[in-house]
Amino acid sequence: MAVTESPAKGRRRFWLLDLYGSAVGKKWAMALSGIGLLGFVVAHMIGNLHMYEGAAEMNEYGEYLRIIGGPILPHTVFLWLIRLPLLAAFLIHIHAAYALTITNNHATIDKYKQPREWLAASYASRTMRWSGVIVLLFVAWHLADLTLGWVNPDFISGEPFHNTVVSLSNVGIAALYIVANIALGMHIFHGAWSLFQSIGVNNPRFNRWRRWFAQALATVIVIGNISFPVMILTGVVG
Amino acid sequence: MDLTLQVWRQAGPNAPGRLVDYPVKDISPDMSFLEMLDIVNEGLNAQGIEPIAFDHDCREGICGMCGLMINGLAHGPQLGTATCQLHMRKFKDGDTIVIEPWKAAGFPIVRDLAVDRSTFDRIIEAGGFITVPTGSASDANLTLVPKEVADWSMDAAACIGCGACVAACPNSAAQLFTAAKIAHLSLLPQGQPERWTRVEAMVDKMEEFFGSCTNHGECETACPKEISIDFIALMNKDYMKAKFKNRRLVSQTG
Repeated sequence: MAVTESPAKGRRRFWLLDLYGSAVGKKWAMALSGIGLLGFVVAHMIGNLHMYEGAAEMNEYGEYLRIIGGPILPHTVFLWLIRLPLLAAFLIHIHAAYALTITNNHATIDKYKQPREWLAASYASRTMRWSGVIVLLFVAWHLADLTLGWVNPDFISGEPFHNTVVSLSNVGIAALYIVANIALGMHIFHGAWSLFQSIGVNNPRFNRWRRWFAQALATVIVIGNISFPVMILTGVVG
Repeated sequence: MDLTLQVWRQAGPNAPGRLVDYPVKDISPDMSFLEMLDIVNEGLNAQGIEPIAFDHDCREGICGMCGLMINGLAHGPQLGTATCQLHMRKFKDGDTIVIEPWKAAGFPIVRDLAVDRSTFDRIIEAGGFITVPTGSASDANLTLVPKEVADWSMDAAACIGCGACVAACPNSAAQLFTAAKIAHLSLLPQGQPERWTRVEAMVDKMEEFFGSCTNHGECETACPKEISIDFIALMNKDYMKAKFKNRRLVSQTG
């Protein structure tokens, strides 16, 4: 009888690359990098709540992030130890999404003439690519605006409160932040549920909780992040 | 019932296809969907028109041969059943019904509504079996299986391989089929020896033909046997484990 050849036999590639070569492995990579990015998004939103304490506290928080680990670690080293893995997770997430999109486009050469009637797929799940691209473009703008100050003429390094208020007082820019965060919320709405499936965290007793977790996380992030442009535009903060 | 059918007609695998309108009269609501197509084909035959090719066999929902995209829904509007179990009473007099074949790169169209699903056979060949010792049959109760595990395995084994999961998937992914075919063996003691080689071989073979899973869940609702996407999660978990375990096994053999 035919004996199954061990699929691992004869492969010389490093096993993680071998894993990443498969679509299931790429979904693992997307889920794990997604967890890292979700952790950042949550911490970023909570940290920014210092905006409501006033300028001194917000600026102190910004400086605090740079002196964590001192005096053992030099200034901003800890921050970079967080930033670099985040950047890696971001790049892996994007590359895997891109590669899987190519794979899926090859697998679906023929489209149905009759528009599909979706029974289970949500609007969020069907627009992950677009919400992802919107978030990517927004992150680029956001870094240029409030981290580097390239697109913020009144940018003062080390004064995040001032920079944020100046930027978000502009209705157009505030609207951009609101739209981008709704896209982020939709991305999280599907992603924070989907990641459990991708890494096989599935137990009929707890499966409902996965949905609730994703919905709660998306809601909290969107409300928290959108509160900043809204409160600055209405003059509550500033 | 009088209906208008819009049916995908395609003369061969590489021929261009298009939707063709067929007015249909005097259809009984008690007919099954496939009987309705039989009536249409008799009419076409009488007019000297090539009848509509479609796959079918047992017509009682267990063989997995039939499968049509009806009004944008795999196996039609009735959930948990195959096309052959769908009856015309689910439609209204005067309805327009769009009938298309499964469309996926992994399922090339043979003719009209008939598609070639032999890529599913390739996936099964890659690992959808167990090693059975030859000789006299072992004692019936020699290998004990908890009832819950046997039930869960049977839930996966209910897969008839119709391909509705692929047809319904926006990515044309065959995750639900492959996961079911892996799980119904890997959950049982008899399936353990090949558990880790099986998941790796079958997933790798699946990915040669089909797309990847984005967890929409359309496959689960389209499945005539209502197989759960829980099995996909199990497959993903086992695939990662296999990447570790198979490497260790290989190191033992040198």
